[in-house]
Amino acid sequence: MALDKSYKDVPGTTIFDAEQSRKGYHLNQFCMSLMKSENRARFKAGERAYLDEWPMTEDQKQAVLARDLNRCIGLGGNIYFLAKIGATDGKSFQQMAGSMTGMTEEEYRDMMIRGGRSIEGNRSIGEKK
Amino acid sequence: MTARITASVYTSHVPAIGAAIDLGKTAEPYWQPVFTGYERSKAWMTANKPDVIFLVYNDHATAFSLEIIPTFAIGCAAEFKPADEGWGPRPVPVVKGQPELAAHIAQSVILDDFDLTIVNRMDVDHGLTVPLSLMCGEPDAWPCPVIPFAVNVVQYPVPSGRRCYHLGKAIRKAVESYDEPLNVQIWGTGGMSHQLQGPRAGLINREFDNAFLDQLIADPETLSKKPHIDYIREAGSEGIELVMWLVARGAMADTPPRVVHRFYHVPASNTAVGHLILENPR
Repeated sequence: MALDKSYKDVPGTTIFDAEQSRKGYHLNQFCMSLMKSENRARFKAGERAYLDEWPMTEDQKQAVLARDLNRCIGLGGNIYFLAKIGATDGKSFQQMAGSMTGMTEEEYRDMMIRGGRSIEGNRSIGEKK
Repeated sequence: MTARITASVYTSHVPAIGAAIDLGKTAEPYWQPVFTGYERSKAWMTANKPDVIFLVYNDHATAFSLEIIPTFAIGCAAEFKPADEGWGPRPVPVVKGQPELAAHIAQSVILDDFDLTIVNRMDVDHGLTVPLSLMCGEPDAWPCPVIPFAVNVVQYPVPSGRRCYHLGKAIRKAVESYDEPLNVQIWGTGGMSHQLQGPRAGLINREFDNAFLDQLIADPETLSKKPHIDYIREAGSEGIELVMWLVARGAMADTPPRVVHRFYHVPASNTAVGHLILENPR
């Protein structure tokens, strides 16, 4: 029997399940390496060369170079791992989260101050249409 | 006399709260309402200092990468260092463990069919240190030893609310069979509604959060049956951290608790902050 993956019906959301984790293993482990300050320095000194040390797909490398977090997540990245790239860039978690929403940093911050994104219309892909 | 669980504390563990404390921003208009909500909590902590805190939290790709992903991990070491999460370690005291009680709980709970991973070396991230800062302020040393208990909420599926609730009951039984009259608090952390990823990032659901708080106090048994999809859909992909609150609630007595404090505020960075202090009847 197939597994229940009803969470695939939640709009604008990618659940980091075993399938995503398998796809993103090296991407996430690359991110993990940025926990060490000497690795952060090496990455900043030459991003492409540093990425080439990891058995990641070309798509994954391009997504990291472009800091396209939505694409990174689609390719198996997990936000807690991807956050290490943001930390290396000196970005806050709010700046990272906002970058995935198509809003400017200011628009996103203001939305949060006004109480966040409403659940209405955001429960399921069907409802969204 | 044996050890006993006297109270439980529930709180969000937003990293930006830790940064606000560490950078001296707690009086800024954005942060002031959050910290005001914890004033009573700090006074309560001072008046009700436990001997040990059993702290349920999750690691955020800090101590555990994708190499090893334990569903439940109990920290049995003598101490745990604040981790460098990429911004440098938080300037907070080293966390002292309670290896004897931790080992006792591990043995009892594993024999009760919960397969814990035993961790003898681990750095602890904001998931553990932010709740300590919120409840204890900025002391030179934390007020008592802490047993870190890490739950996997990073890779799906996380343990069910039901499993967490029953684990709490097994922890209660373990504590009550420890032959020393220790005053133990259990803390459940994480949540409340928030989503940190994708176009739906920034989701907040006040109605869900407040209903969760009501039910956690009054009817945790029913709440424990809430399926994963409800958390993900209604409280955001990271809102599923709330299952950890059920570990702490399950460890409380079966009689109704006394609500010492309840607080809710939106936002702290991307997240709704929820907080409860529940005491067991004496």
